Amino acid sequence: MPLEVNGQSYETDEEGYLADLNQWQPDLAEAMATADGAELSENHWEVINFLREYYEEYQIAPAVRVLTKAIGKKLGKDKGNSKYLYELFPYGPAKQACKYAGLPKPTGCV
Amino acid sequence: MEEEGIVKKFCYMNRKAPYGTIYALESLEVVLIAAAFDQDISLVFADDGVYQLTKNQDTDGIGMKNFSKTYSALGDYDIKKIYVEKESLEERGLTTDDLQALKYEDEDDDWAEKDSLFVVGRDELSKIINEQDVVLSF
Repeated sequence: MPLEVNGQSYETDEEGYLADLNQWQPDLAEAMATADGAELSENHWEVINFLREYYEEYQIAPAVRVLTKAIGKKLGKDKGNSKYLYELFPYGPAKQACKYAGLPKPTGCV
Repeated sequence: MEEEGIVKKFCYMNRKAPYGTIYALESLEVVLIAAAFDQDISLVFADDGVYQLTKNQDTDGIGMKNFSKTYSALGDYDIKKIYVEKESLEERGLTTDDLQALKYEDEDDDWAEKDSLFVVGRDELSKIINEQDVVLSF
C-alpha cells in the first residue's frame, strides 16, 4: 500500500514501513502520524531524529532497551525511560518511531 | 527487567568472511536479538571470520549493505566480550590496527569507554570456549 504525500507516491511494506529509506523526508513522518491519528510534537521529533542519526552511524535501528538508554544519555534521564517514550509513541517507541523515521523495523522486534 | 532468571554462557563463533555467504550477517542479527534476553554473551572471531571486524569496508561494488558499522553498536547491547584469535590474524597478515576499535560505555563508571575487543591466542580461546554452556557456529 503506497503512501501518498504531496502528490508523490512512496512504496511501503505491509506494515507501513518505508521501502526505501533514502526517500524519507519530514513530510512522510507527518503523514504517517496523521494516518495513526497522532500529531508530531518537538518531543517526537527529538526521538525520530535521534533514530535517524543512530541508523546513519550503525546501520541498524536500535532495540527499545538500547534506545531508552541512549536517549537517557543524550536527552536526560527524564526522557530516557519507557514511560516517557511510550507516552510519545503508544504503539511502541522503537516500532512506531522507526516507522516515522523511515527506518526498517528494528531487529528483534516481534 | 531485573527479574532473576537462568543466565547461561552463550558463545557465537564466527569463522567466515563477511560477504559471499550470509553467515556473518545472520550471526550478527541473531546476536542482537539474543542480547535482549540478558544472557552472558561472548563473540569469537577466528579463521576468515576475523575479516568481519576489519576497518574501512566498502561494499559499493557488490551491492550489499555494509553492516560492519553495526559491530560498534554491540556495546550498546551490553556485549562486552569479543574475542579475536591471534593466530588467525597473523596467518592473514593482519594486526589489531586493521580492526575496528570496539568499545562499550560503562554505565556504572560515569560512561567511561572501555575496550570490548580482546585478541587471544588459540590456547586461551579454547579454554574460553570450554567454559561455555552453548556454542553457536556461523
